[in-house]
Amino acid sequence: MIEVQGLTRRYGDFLAVDDVTFSCEPGKVTGFLGPNGAGKTTTMRVMVGLTAPTRGRVTIGGHAYRDIPNPGRHVGVLLDAGAQHGGRTGREILQLGAATMGLPDSRVDEMLAMVSLSPKEAKRRMRNYSLGMKQRLGIAHALLGDPSVLILDEPANGLDPAGIRWMRDLLRGYAQRGGTVLLSSHLLNEVELIADEMVLIGQGKIVAQGDKRSLLASRGGGTLAVSQDNAALAEQLRRQGFEVAPAGDGLRVGADAAEVGRVALEARVVLTELRPSGGGLEDIFLELTGGTQREQVAGAGTGTTVDTGANA
Amino acid sequence: MSTTMTLDTSGTAAVPFGRLLKVELRKSWDTRAGLWLVGSIVAITAVVMVVVFLVSDSDERTFGNFVGAAYAPQSVLLPVLGILLVTSEWSQRTAMVTFALEPSRSRVVAAKTAAAMILGAGAFVAAVGLAALATLLGGADDGFRGFEWVDTVPFLLLQLFTVLQGLAYGLLWLNTPAAIVTFFGLPIVMNLVFTLVDWLRDAAAWVDLTTAQLPLFENDIDLSGEQWAQLGSTVLLWIVVPFVLGWLRLLRAEVK
Repeated sequence: MIEVQGLTRRYGDFLAVDDVTFSCEPGKVTGFLGPNGAGKTTTMRVMVGLTAPTRGRVTIGGHAYRDIPNPGRHVGVLLDAGAQHGGRTGREILQLGAATMGLPDSRVDEMLAMVSLSPKEAKRRMRNYSLGMKQRLGIAHALLGDPSVLILDEPANGLDPAGIRWMRDLLRGYAQRGGTVLLSSHLLNEVELIADEMVLIGQGKIVAQGDKRSLLASRGGGTLAVSQDNAALAEQLRRQGFEVAPAGDGLRVGADAAEVGRVALEARVVLTELRPSGGGLEDIFLELTGGTQREQVAGAGTGTTVDTGANA
Repeated sequence: MSTTMTLDTSGTAAVPFGRLLKVELRKSWDTRAGLWLVGSIVAITAVVMVVVFLVSDSDERTFGNFVGAAYAPQSVLLPVLGILLVTSEWSQRTAMVTFALEPSRSRVVAAKTAAAMILGAGAFVAAVGLAALATLLGGADDGFRGFEWVDTVPFLLLQLFTVLQGLAYGLLWLNTPAAIVTFFGLPIVMNLVFTLVDWLRDAAAWVDLTTAQLPLFENDIDLSGEQWAQLGSTVLLWIVVPFVLGWLRLLRAEVK
Protein backbone atom coordinates (compact mmCIF):
# COMPACT_ATOMS: atom_id res chain seq x y z
CA MET A 1 0.00 0.00 0.00
CA ILE A 2 2.88 2.34 0.82
CA GLU A 3 5.73 1.88 -1.66
CA VAL A 4 9.03 3.61 -1.07
CA GLN A 5 11.39 3.20 -3.99
CA GLY A 6 15.03 4.25 -4.04
CA LEU A 7 14.30 7.23 -1.85
CA THR A 8 17.24 9.56 -1.28
CA ARG A 9 17.28 12.94 0.40
CA ARG A 10 20.45 14.97 0.62
CA TYR A 11 21.02 18.14 2.65
CA GLY A 12 24.25 19.61 1.33
CA ASP A 13 26.88 17.02 2.15
CA PHE A 14 24.63 15.16 4.54
CA LEU A 15 22.77 12.15 3.21
CA ALA A 16 19.70 11.99 5.46
CA VAL A 17 18.03 9.19 3.54
CA ASP A 18 20.11 6.94 1.31
CA ASP A 19 18.41 4.83 -1.35
CA VAL A 20 15.65 3.55 0.91
CA THR A 21 13.24 0.96 -0.46
CA PHE A 22 10.49 -0.77 1.46
CA SER A 23 6.77 -1.30 1.41
CA CYS A 24 3.92 -1.52 3.89
CA GLU A 25 1.08 -3.94 3.39
CA PRO A 26 -2.58 -3.55 4.27
CA GLY A 27 -3.67 -5.48 7.32
CA LYS A 28 -0.31 -5.04 9.00
CA VAL A 29 1.37 -2.66 11.35
CA THR A 30 4.82 -1.85 10.01
CA GLY A 31 7.31 -0.50 12.52
CA PHE A 32 9.93 1.90 11.25
CA LEU A 33 12.73 1.58 13.71
CA GLY A 34 16.00 3.40 14.04
CA PRO A 35 18.00 5.64 16.35
CA ASN A 36 17.39 9.37 16.39
CA GLY A 37 18.61 11.04 13.22
CA ALA A 38 18.53 7.82 11.22
CA GLY A 39 16.22 9.30 8.59
CA LYS A 40 12.80 8.07 9.74
CA THR A 41 11.15 11.45 9.98
CA THR A 42 12.64 12.69 6.70
CA THR A 43 11.34 9.57 4.96
CA MET A 44 7.86 10.09 6.38
CA ARG A 45 7.85 13.78 5.48
CA VAL A 46 8.71 12.91 1.89
CA MET A 47 5.80 10.44 1.90
CA VAL A 48 3.28 13.21 2.48
CA GLY A 49 4.92 15.80 0.27
CA LEU A 50 6.27 18.13 2.96
CA THR A 51 9.85 17.49 1.88
CA ALA A 52 10.93 17.00 -1.72
CA PRO A 53 13.04 13.90 -2.38
CA THR A 54 16.44 14.27 -4.00
CA ARG A 55 15.83 10.98 -5.82
CA GLY A 56 13.34 8.16 -5.74
CA ARG A 57 9.62 8.21 -5.07
CA VAL A 58 6.88 7.20 -2.72
CA THR A 59 3.42 6.09 -3.70
CA ILE A 60 0.50 5.42 -1.43
CA GLY A 61 -1.99 3.01 -2.91
CA GLY A 62 -0.45 3.69 -6.32
CA HIS A 63 -0.70 7.49 -6.08
CA ALA A 64 1.75 10.23 -5.28
CA TYR A 65 0.43 11.89 -2.11
CA ARG A 66 -0.22 15.22 -3.84
CA ASP A 67 -2.48 13.45 -6.35
CA ILE A 68 -4.80 12.06 -3.70
CA PRO A 69 -7.94 14.22 -3.55
CA ASN A 70 -8.88 15.32 -0.03
CA PRO A 71 -5.96 13.24 1.27
CA GLY A 72 -7.15 13.35 4.88
CA ARG A 73 -9.94 10.96 3.89
CA HIS A 74 -7.44 8.36 2.69
CA VAL A 75 -4.21 8.85 4.60
CA GLY A 76 -4.08 9.75 8.27
CA VAL A 77 -0.90 11.62 9.14
CA LEU A 78 0.70 12.39 12.48
CA LEU A 79 4.22 13.71 12.06
CA ASP A 80 4.54 15.79 15.20
CA ALA A 81 1.85 15.98 17.83
CA GLY A 82 3.30 19.28 19.01
CA ALA A 83 2.91 20.89 15.60
CA GLN A 84 -0.42 22.50 16.42
CA HIS A 85 -1.23 26.02 17.55
CA GLY A 86 -0.82 26.04 21.33
CA GLY A 87 -3.58 28.63 21.65
CA ARG A 88 -6.24 26.43 20.08
CA THR A 89 -8.30 24.06 22.12
CA GLY A 90 -8.02 20.37 21.37
CA ARG A 91 -11.55 20.40 20.08
CA GLU A 92 -10.93 23.37 17.82
CA ILE A 93 -7.89 21.64 16.31
CA LEU A 94 -10.03 18.64 15.39
CA GLN A 95 -12.82 20.89 14.15
CA LEU A 96 -10.46 22.67 11.78
CA GLY A 97 -9.37 19.29 10.41
CA ALA A 98 -12.96 18.10 10.11
CA ALA A 99 -13.96 21.35 8.37
CA THR A 100 -11.15 20.96 5.83
CA MET A 101 -12.10 17.36 5.13
CA GLY A 102 -15.80 18.17 5.00
CA LEU A 103 -16.81 16.09 8.02
CA PRO A 104 -19.58 16.84 10.49
CA ASP A 105 -18.76 18.01 14.03
CA SER A 106 -20.16 14.75 15.37
CA ARG A 107 -17.08 13.05 13.97
CA VAL A 108 -14.97 15.26 16.23
CA ASP A 109 -16.85 14.05 19.29
CA GLU A 110 -16.47 10.44 18.18
CA MET A 111 -12.72 10.83 17.82
CA LEU A 112 -12.37 12.61 21.16
CA ALA A 113 -14.22 9.77 22.83
CA MET A 114 -12.13 7.19 21.02
CA VAL A 115 -8.84 8.62 22.28
CA SER A 116 -10.34 9.14 25.76
CA LEU A 117 -10.07 12.91 25.85
CA SER A 118 -12.92 14.16 28.03
CA PRO A 119 -15.08 17.09 26.87
CA LYS A 120 -13.46 19.15 29.60
CA GLU A 121 -9.97 18.31 28.40
CA ALA A 122 -10.99 19.01 24.82
CA LYS A 123 -11.91 22.57 25.83
CA ARG A 124 -8.43 23.25 27.20
CA ARG A 125 -5.84 24.96 25.04
CA MET A 126 -3.26 22.63 23.64
CA ARG A 127 -0.31 24.38 25.23
CA ASN A 128 -1.62 23.04 28.55
CA TYR A 129 -1.68 19.46 27.33
CA SER A 130 0.78 16.83 28.52
CA LEU A 131 2.81 15.06 25.87
CA GLY A 132 0.57 12.01 26.20
CA MET A 133 -2.57 14.10 25.66
CA LYS A 134 -1.00 15.74 22.62
CA GLN A 135 -0.27 12.31 21.19
CA ARG A 136 -3.85 11.21 21.78
CA LEU A 137 -5.12 14.35 20.09
CA GLY A 138 -2.70 13.74 17.21
CA ILE A 139 -3.98 10.19 16.80
CA ALA A 140 -7.54 11.48 16.83
CA HIS A 141 -6.60 14.00 14.14
CA ALA A 142 -5.00 11.30 12.00
CA LEU A 143 -8.08 9.10 12.29
CA LEU A 144 -10.64 11.88 11.68
CA GLY A 145 -11.16 11.19 8.00
CA ASP A 146 -11.50 7.41 8.51
CA PRO A 147 -8.42 6.83 6.34
CA SER A 148 -7.23 3.43 5.13
CA VAL A 149 -3.56 4.29 5.61
CA LEU A 150 -1.93 5.69 8.74
CA ILE A 151 1.50 7.32 8.83
CA LEU A 152 2.55 8.03 12.41
CA ASP A 153 5.90 9.43 13.49
CA GLU A 154 6.81 8.43 17.06
CA PRO A 155 3.16 8.13 18.13
CA ALA A 156 3.97 6.31 21.35
CA ASN A 157 6.42 8.98 22.47
CA GLY A 158 5.20 10.35 25.79
CA LEU A 159 2.57 7.70 26.38
CA ASP A 160 2.63 5.79 29.65
CA PRO A 161 2.61 1.98 29.58
CA ALA A 162 -1.19 1.91 29.67
CA GLY A 163 -1.23 4.40 26.81
CA ILE A 164 1.14 2.25 24.79
CA ARG A 165 -1.09 -0.76 25.35
CA TRP A 166 -4.09 1.32 24.30
CA MET A 167 -2.33 2.37 21.13
CA ARG A 168 -1.27 -1.19 20.40
CA ASP A 169 -4.87 -2.41 20.65
CA LEU A 170 -6.08 0.52 18.59
CA LEU A 171 -3.58 0.03 15.77
CA ARG A 172 -3.90 -3.77 15.83
CA GLY A 173 -7.66 -3.47 15.47
CA TYR A 174 -7.24 -0.91 12.73
CA ALA A 175 -4.87 -3.21 10.81
CA GLN A 176 -7.16 -6.19 11.32
CA ARG A 177 -9.93 -4.29 9.60
CA GLY A 178 -7.64 -4.00 6.59
CA GLY A 179 -5.86 -0.74 7.34
CA THR A 180 -2.21 -0.07 6.60
CA VAL A 181 -0.13 1.36 9.43
CA LEU A 182 3.39 2.72 9.32
CA LEU A 183 4.69 3.90 12.66
CA SER A 184 8.16 5.00 13.56
CA SER A 185 9.99 4.73 16.83
CA HIS A 186 13.47 4.87 18.20
CA LEU A 187 12.48 2.43 20.94
CA LEU A 188 12.59 -1.22 20.04
CA ASN A 189 10.27 -2.03 22.87
CA GLU A 190 7.38 -0.02 21.45
CA VAL A 191 7.78 -1.40 17.96
CA GLU A 192 8.15 -4.94 19.23
CA LEU A 193 4.87 -4.58 21.11
CA ILE A 194 2.88 -3.01 18.32
CA ALA A 195 4.33 -3.93 14.92
CA ASP A 196 3.91 -7.05 12.79
CA GLU A 197 6.65 -6.08 10.35
CA MET A 198 9.78 -4.12 11.05
CA VAL A 199 11.97 -1.94 8.91
CA LEU A 200 15.26 -1.06 10.57
CA ILE A 201 17.03 2.08 9.46
CA GLY A 202 20.43 3.43 10.47
CA GLN A 203 22.39 6.33 8.96
CA GLY A 204 19.76 6.74 6.29
CA LYS A 205 20.02 3.17 5.05
CA ILE A 206 17.68 0.24 5.54
CA VAL A 207 19.70 -2.34 7.49
CA ALA A 208 17.10 -5.06 7.92
CA GLN A 209 13.42 -5.73 7.40
CA GLY A 210 10.96 -8.51 8.03
CA ASP A 211 8.77 -9.80 10.82
CA LYS A 212 10.16 -10.41 14.26
CA ARG A 213 10.65 -14.13 13.76
CA SER A 214 12.45 -13.85 10.45
CA LEU A 215 14.66 -11.09 11.81
CA LEU A 216 15.61 -13.28 14.73
CA ALA A 217 16.09 -16.29 12.50
CA SER A 218 18.27 -14.39 10.08
CA ARG A 219 20.52 -13.40 12.94
CA GLY A 220 20.66 -16.88 14.50
CA GLY A 221 18.21 -16.28 17.33
CA GLY A 222 19.33 -18.67 20.00
CA THR A 223 18.70 -19.92 23.46
CA LEU A 224 20.14 -18.97 26.79
CA ALA A 225 21.05 -21.99 28.93
CA VAL A 226 22.35 -22.05 32.48
CA SER A 227 23.37 -25.39 33.94
CA GLN A 228 25.23 -26.89 36.86
CA ASP A 229 28.15 -27.68 34.56
CA ASN A 230 28.37 -25.15 31.78
CA ALA A 231 31.73 -26.36 30.57
CA ALA A 232 30.51 -29.92 29.98
CA LEU A 233 27.34 -28.71 28.32
CA ALA A 234 29.28 -26.37 26.06
CA GLU A 235 31.65 -29.14 25.04
CA GLN A 236 28.79 -31.50 24.17
CA LEU A 237 26.98 -28.78 22.23
CA ARG A 238 30.09 -27.91 20.23
CA ARG A 239 30.69 -31.54 19.46
CA GLN A 240 27.22 -31.66 17.90
CA GLY A 241 27.99 -28.61 15.79
CA PHE A 242 26.10 -25.88 17.65
CA GLU A 243 27.52 -22.45 18.19
CA VAL A 244 28.12 -21.68 21.83
CA ALA A 245 29.20 -18.47 23.51
CA PRO A 246 29.43 -17.63 27.19
CA ALA A 247 26.75 -15.20 28.30
CA GLY A 248 26.37 -14.05 31.88
CA ASP A 249 26.41 -17.12 34.12
CA GLY A 250 25.32 -19.37 31.28
CA LEU A 251 25.68 -20.03 27.60
CA ARG A 252 24.15 -18.57 24.48
CA VAL A 253 23.48 -21.39 22.05
CA GLY A 254 22.57 -21.24 18.40
CA ALA A 255 19.78 -23.79 18.74
CA ASP A 256 16.23 -23.89 20.02
CA ALA A 257 15.34 -24.85 23.56
CA ALA A 258 14.31 -28.43 22.71
CA GLU A 259 17.67 -29.21 21.15
CA VAL A 260 19.61 -27.70 24.04
CA GLY A 261 17.48 -29.77 26.41
CA ARG A 262 18.19 -32.95 24.44
CA VAL A 263 21.95 -32.29 24.42
CA ALA A 264 21.88 -31.55 28.16
CA LEU A 265 20.11 -34.87 28.70
CA GLU A 266 22.74 -36.70 26.69
CA ALA A 267 25.52 -34.93 28.61
CA ARG A 268 23.71 -35.69 31.87
CA VAL A 269 24.00 -32.04 32.90
CA VAL A 270 21.26 -30.48 35.06
CA LEU A 271 19.75 -27.38 33.43
CA THR A 272 18.78 -24.64 35.85
CA GLU A 273 17.54 -22.17 33.27
CA LEU A 274 16.50 -22.49 29.65
CA ARG A 275 14.88 -19.77 27.61
CA PRO A 276 15.03 -18.02 24.27
CA SER A 277 17.92 -15.64 24.49
CA GLY A 278 16.47 -12.43 25.81
CA GLY A 279 17.15 -9.12 24.14
CA GLY A 280 17.74 -10.88 20.84
CA LEU A 281 16.06 -8.19 18.81
CA GLU A 282 17.67 -5.52 20.85
CA ASP A 283 21.06 -6.99 20.10
CA ILE A 284 20.22 -7.02 16.42
CA PHE A 285 18.94 -3.47 16.58
CA LEU A 286 22.02 -2.17 18.36
CA GLU A 287 24.39 -4.16 16.20
CA LEU A 288 22.81 -3.11 12.92
CA THR A 289 22.44 0.50 13.79
CA GLY A 290 25.54 0.55 15.98
CA GLY A 291 27.52 2.86 13.74
CA THR A 292 24.92 5.54 14.23
CA GLN A 293 24.67 5.45 17.98
CA ARG A 294 25.81 8.44 19.91
CA GLU A 295 26.81 6.19 22.75
CA GLN A 296 29.38 3.47 22.45
CA VAL A 297 27.48 0.24 22.74
CA ALA A 298 29.90 -1.63 24.93
CA GLY A 299 27.37 -4.09 26.22
CA ALA A 300 25.60 -4.82 22.98
CA GLY A 301 26.48 -8.50 23.08
CA THR A 302 25.08 -9.10 26.52
CA GLY A 303 21.72 -7.47 26.15
CA THR A 304 22.53 -4.36 28.10
CA THR A 305 19.89 -1.72 27.65
CA VAL A 306 21.24 1.38 26.04
CA ASP A 307 19.07 4.43 26.03
CA THR A 308 19.43 5.79 22.56
CA GLY A 309 16.97 8.55 22.80
CA ALA A 310 17.78 10.59 25.84
CA ASN A 311 19.90 13.32 24.37
CA ALA A 312 19.28 13.56 20.68
CA MET B 1 -4.64 -11.43 0.49
CA SER B 2 -8.09 -10.04 0.13
CA THR B 3 -7.13 -6.45 0.84
CA THR B 4 -6.31 -4.27 -2.09
CA MET B 5 -2.95 -2.64 -2.68
CA THR B 6 -4.31 0.39 -4.44
CA LEU B 7 -6.27 3.26 -3.04
CA ASP B 8 -9.54 3.95 -4.80
CA THR B 9 -9.82 7.71 -4.86
CA SER B 10 -12.38 7.94 -7.63
CA GLY B 11 -15.21 8.64 -5.19
CA THR B 12 -13.41 11.47 -3.41
CA ALA B 13 -13.66 15.06 -4.54
CA ALA B 14 -10.83 17.50 -3.94
CA VAL B 15 -11.30 19.89 -1.02
CA PRO B 16 -13.46 22.70 -2.48
CA PHE B 17 -11.97 26.17 -2.39
CA GLY B 18 -14.82 27.50 -0.27
CA ARG B 19 -14.00 25.05 2.49
CA LEU B 20 -10.33 26.04 2.44
CA LEU B 21 -11.36 29.69 2.63
CA LYS B 22 -13.72 29.04 5.53
CA VAL B 23 -10.99 27.23 7.45
CA GLU B 24 -8.45 29.99 6.79
CA LEU B 25 -10.89 32.64 8.03
CA ARG B 26 -11.66 30.58 11.09
CA LYS B 27 -7.95 30.21 11.87
CA SER B 28 -7.56 33.97 12.01
CA TRP B 29 -9.77 34.35 15.07
CA ASP B 30 -9.95 30.95 16.78
CA THR B 31 -7.00 31.63 19.06
CA ARG B 32 -6.89 34.12 21.88
CA ALA B 33 -4.26 36.18 20.04
CA GLY B 34 -6.25 36.12 16.82
CA LEU B 35 -9.49 37.05 18.54
CA TRP B 36 -7.79 39.97 20.27
CA LEU B 37 -6.32 41.20 17.02
CA VAL B 38 -9.62 41.05 15.11
CA GLY B 39 -11.48 42.44 18.12
CA SER B 40 -8.93 45.24 18.50
CA ILE B 41 -9.44 46.36 14.93
CA VAL B 42 -13.15 46.78 15.57
CA ALA B 43 -12.68 48.24 19.06
CA ILE B 44 -10.08 50.79 17.98
CA THR B 45 -12.29 51.82 15.10
CA ALA B 46 -15.07 52.48 17.60
CA VAL B 47 -12.74 54.39 19.91
CA VAL B 48 -11.58 56.61 17.07
CA MET B 49 -15.20 57.51 16.31
CA VAL B 50 -15.63 58.65 19.88
CA VAL B 51 -12.41 60.67 19.71
CA VAL B 52 -13.58 62.37 16.51
CA PHE B 53 -16.86 63.17 18.23
CA LEU B 54 -15.06 64.70 21.22
CA VAL B 55 -12.51 66.81 19.36
CA SER B 56 -14.63 68.02 16.45
CA ASP B 57 -16.93 70.97 16.25
CA SER B 58 -20.47 69.82 15.81
CA ASP B 59 -20.66 70.67 12.11
CA GLU B 60 -17.50 68.65 11.45
CA ARG B 61 -19.02 65.48 12.83
CA THR B 62 -19.84 64.19 9.39
CA PHE B 63 -19.99 60.66 8.12
CA GLY B 64 -17.02 61.30 5.84
CA ASN B 65 -14.86 62.50 8.71
CA PHE B 66 -15.84 59.56 10.89
CA VAL B 67 -14.93 57.07 8.18
CA GLY B 68 -11.71 58.88 7.34
CA ALA B 69 -10.53 58.75 10.93
CA ALA B 70 -10.75 54.96 10.99
CA TYR B 71 -8.11 54.50 8.34
CA ALA B 72 -4.95 55.23 10.32
CA PRO B 73 -5.51 52.93 13.32
CA GLN B 74 -6.87 50.13 11.13
CA SER B 75 -3.93 50.33 8.79
CA VAL B 76 -1.57 49.57 11.67
CA LEU B 77 -3.35 46.36 12.66
CA LEU B 78 -4.61 45.02 9.32
CA PRO B 79 -1.15 44.25 7.91
CA VAL B 80 -0.33 42.36 11.11
CA LEU B 81 -3.43 40.28 10.50
CA GLY B 82 -2.23 39.58 6.95
CA ILE B 83 1.27 38.70 8.17
CA LEU B 84 0.00 36.34 10.86
CA LEU B 85 -2.27 34.52 8.41
CA VAL B 86 0.92 33.09 6.94
CA THR B 87 3.62 33.29 9.59
CA SER B 88 1.66 31.77 12.46
CA GLU B 89 1.52 28.57 10.41
CA TRP B 90 5.31 28.52 10.57
CA SER B 91 5.89 29.70 14.11
CA GLN B 92 3.29 27.25 15.42
CA ARG B 93 4.28 24.63 12.82
CA THR B 94 0.67 24.06 11.80
CA ALA B 95 1.80 24.30 8.17
CA MET B 96 2.61 20.60 8.45
CA VAL B 97 -1.05 19.84 9.10
CA THR B 98 -2.36 22.41 6.62
CA PHE B 99 -0.30 21.06 3.74
CA ALA B 100 -0.88 17.43 4.68
CA LEU B 101 -4.62 18.07 4.32
CA GLU B 102 -4.24 20.19 1.16
CA PRO B 103 -1.03 19.28 -0.67
CA SER B 104 -1.55 22.01 -3.27
CA ARG B 105 0.28 24.87 -1.61
CA SER B 106 -0.91 27.32 -4.24
CA ARG B 107 -4.52 26.61 -3.32
CA VAL B 108 -3.72 27.28 0.33
CA VAL B 109 -2.02 30.56 -0.64
CA ALA B 110 -5.07 31.46 -2.74
CA ALA B 111 -7.38 30.70 0.20
CA LYS B 112 -5.24 32.82 2.50
CA THR B 113 -5.24 35.67 -0.02
CA ALA B 114 -9.01 35.53 -0.30
CA ALA B 115 -9.28 35.39 3.50
CA ALA B 116 -7.00 38.43 3.81
CA MET B 117 -9.16 40.39 1.36
CA ILE B 118 -12.33 39.41 3.20
CA LEU B 119 -10.78 40.54 6.48
CA GLY B 120 -9.64 43.80 4.88
CA ALA B 121 -13.11 44.37 3.47
CA GLY B 122 -14.54 43.43 6.87
CA ALA B 123 -12.53 46.19 8.52
CA PHE B 124 -13.90 48.59 5.93
CA VAL B 125 -17.46 47.46 6.62
CA ALA B 126 -16.86 47.88 10.35
CA ALA B 127 -15.58 51.40 9.77
CA VAL B 128 -18.53 52.34 7.58
CA GLY B 129 -21.03 50.77 9.97
CA LEU B 130 -19.59 52.39 13.06
CA ALA B 131 -19.24 55.72 11.27
CA ALA B 132 -22.90 55.59 10.23
CA LEU B 133 -23.87 54.80 13.80
CA ALA B 134 -21.71 57.65 15.11
CA THR B 135 -23.21 60.04 12.58
CA LEU B 136 -26.76 59.04 13.51
CA LEU B 137 -26.11 59.22 17.24
CA GLY B 138 -23.87 62.26 17.53
CA GLY B 139 -23.25 63.69 14.08
CA ALA B 140 -24.06 67.07 12.72
CA ASP B 141 -27.66 67.66 11.73
CA ASP B 142 -26.81 67.08 8.12
CA GLY B 143 -24.05 64.56 8.83
CA PHE B 144 -24.45 62.70 5.58
CA ARG B 145 -24.38 65.86 3.46
CA GLY B 146 -22.52 65.55 0.21
CA PHE B 147 -21.66 61.93 0.89
CA GLU B 148 -21.40 59.53 -1.97
CA TRP B 149 -20.47 55.87 -1.76
CA VAL B 150 -17.75 56.38 -4.32
CA ASP B 151 -15.93 58.48 -1.72
CA THR B 152 -15.32 55.34 0.35
CA VAL B 153 -13.68 53.39 -2.49
CA PRO B 154 -10.19 54.82 -1.85
CA PHE B 155 -10.54 53.75 1.77
CA LEU B 156 -11.47 50.21 0.76
CA LEU B 157 -8.60 50.08 -1.74
CA LEU B 158 -6.11 51.23 0.87
CA GLN B 159 -7.27 48.61 3.37
CA LEU B 160 -7.01 45.86 0.77
CA PHE B 161 -3.55 47.02 -0.24
CA THR B 162 -2.31 47.09 3.32
CA VAL B 163 -3.62 43.65 4.31
CA LEU B 164 -2.29 42.11 1.09
CA GLN B 165 1.06 43.78 1.60
CA GLY B 166 1.19 42.20 5.05
CA LEU B 167 0.33 38.82 3.57
CA ALA B 168 3.04 39.23 0.93
CA TYR B 169 5.70 40.06 3.52
CA GLY B 170 4.54 37.13 5.60
CA LEU B 171 4.99 34.81 2.62
CA LEU B 172 8.36 36.33 1.82
CA TRP B 173 9.78 35.94 5.32
CA LEU B 174 7.73 33.10 6.82
CA ASN B 175 8.68 34.72 10.11
CA THR B 176 6.54 37.12 12.14
CA PRO B 177 9.13 39.56 13.55
CA ALA B 178 11.00 39.87 10.25
CA ALA B 179 7.78 40.52 8.34
CA ILE B 180 6.54 43.11 10.86
CA VAL B 181 9.88 44.93 10.96
CA THR B 182 10.01 45.03 7.17
CA PHE B 183 6.45 46.24 6.89
CA PHE B 184 6.82 49.13 9.32
CA GLY B 185 10.53 49.81 8.90
CA LEU B 186 10.70 49.99 5.13
CA PRO B 187 8.39 53.01 4.69
CA ILE B 188 10.42 54.94 7.27
CA VAL B 189 13.66 54.16 5.47
CA MET B 190 12.07 54.95 2.10
CA ASN B 191 10.77 58.25 3.43
CA LEU B 192 14.23 59.21 4.66
CA VAL B 193 15.87 58.26 1.39
CA PHE B 194 13.36 60.12 -0.75
CA THR B 195 13.47 63.20 1.44
CA LEU B 196 17.24 63.38 1.67
CA VAL B 197 18.29 62.43 -1.84
CA ASP B 198 17.32 65.25 -4.19
CA TRP B 199 17.40 63.43 -7.48
CA LEU B 200 15.17 60.68 -6.10
CA ARG B 201 12.48 63.04 -4.92
CA ASP B 202 10.91 63.37 -8.35
CA ALA B 203 10.82 59.61 -8.77
CA ALA B 204 9.26 59.04 -5.33
CA ALA B 205 5.71 58.74 -6.57
CA TRP B 206 6.75 55.95 -8.89
CA VAL B 207 8.73 53.99 -6.32
CA ASP B 208 7.43 54.90 -2.88
CA LEU B 209 4.12 53.29 -1.96
CA THR B 210 3.23 55.92 0.64
CA THR B 211 3.80 58.76 -1.81
CA ALA B 212 1.81 57.07 -4.55
CA GLN B 213 -1.07 56.42 -2.15
CA LEU B 214 -1.28 60.07 -1.03
CA PRO B 215 -3.96 61.03 -3.58
CA LEU B 216 -6.12 58.17 -2.28
CA PHE B 217 -5.84 59.53 1.25
CA GLU B 218 -7.61 62.62 0.09
CA ASN B 219 -10.63 60.40 -0.43
CA ASP B 220 -10.47 61.05 -4.10
CA ILE B 221 -10.91 58.22 -6.54
CA ASP B 222 -10.56 60.61 -9.51
CA LEU B 223 -6.86 60.02 -9.93
CA SER B 224 -5.14 61.23 -13.06
CA GLY B 225 -3.79 58.65 -15.47
CA GLU B 226 -0.30 59.33 -14.21
CA GLN B 227 -1.41 58.88 -10.58
CA TRP B 228 -3.01 55.55 -11.41
CA ALA B 229 0.16 54.49 -13.17
CA GLN B 230 2.21 55.51 -10.14
CA LEU B 231 -0.10 53.61 -7.83
CA GLY B 232 0.19 50.60 -10.13
CA SER B 233 3.96 50.69 -10.26
CA THR B 234 4.34 50.95 -6.48
CA VAL B 235 1.76 48.22 -5.87
CA LEU B 236 3.66 46.03 -8.32
CA LEU B 237 6.95 46.78 -6.60
CA TRP B 238 5.88 46.51 -2.94
CA ILE B 239 2.94 44.11 -3.01
CA VAL B 240 2.91 41.98 -6.17
CA VAL B 241 6.65 41.29 -6.37
CA PRO B 242 7.05 40.29 -2.69
CA PHE B 243 3.89 38.22 -2.99
CA VAL B 244 5.12 36.31 -6.03
CA LEU B 245 8.60 35.79 -4.55
CA GLY B 246 7.08 34.62 -1.28
CA TRP B 247 4.66 32.33 -3.07
CA LEU B 248 7.50 30.74 -5.06
CA ARG B 249 9.48 30.37 -1.86
CA LEU B 250 6.56 28.63 -0.19
CA LEU B 251 6.19 26.22 -3.11
CA ARG B 252 9.77 25.11 -2.66
CA ALA B 253 10.09 25.36 1.10
CA GLU B 254 10.49 22.30 3.23
CA VAL B 255 7.59 22.34 5.67
CA LYS B 256 8.88 21.71 9.17
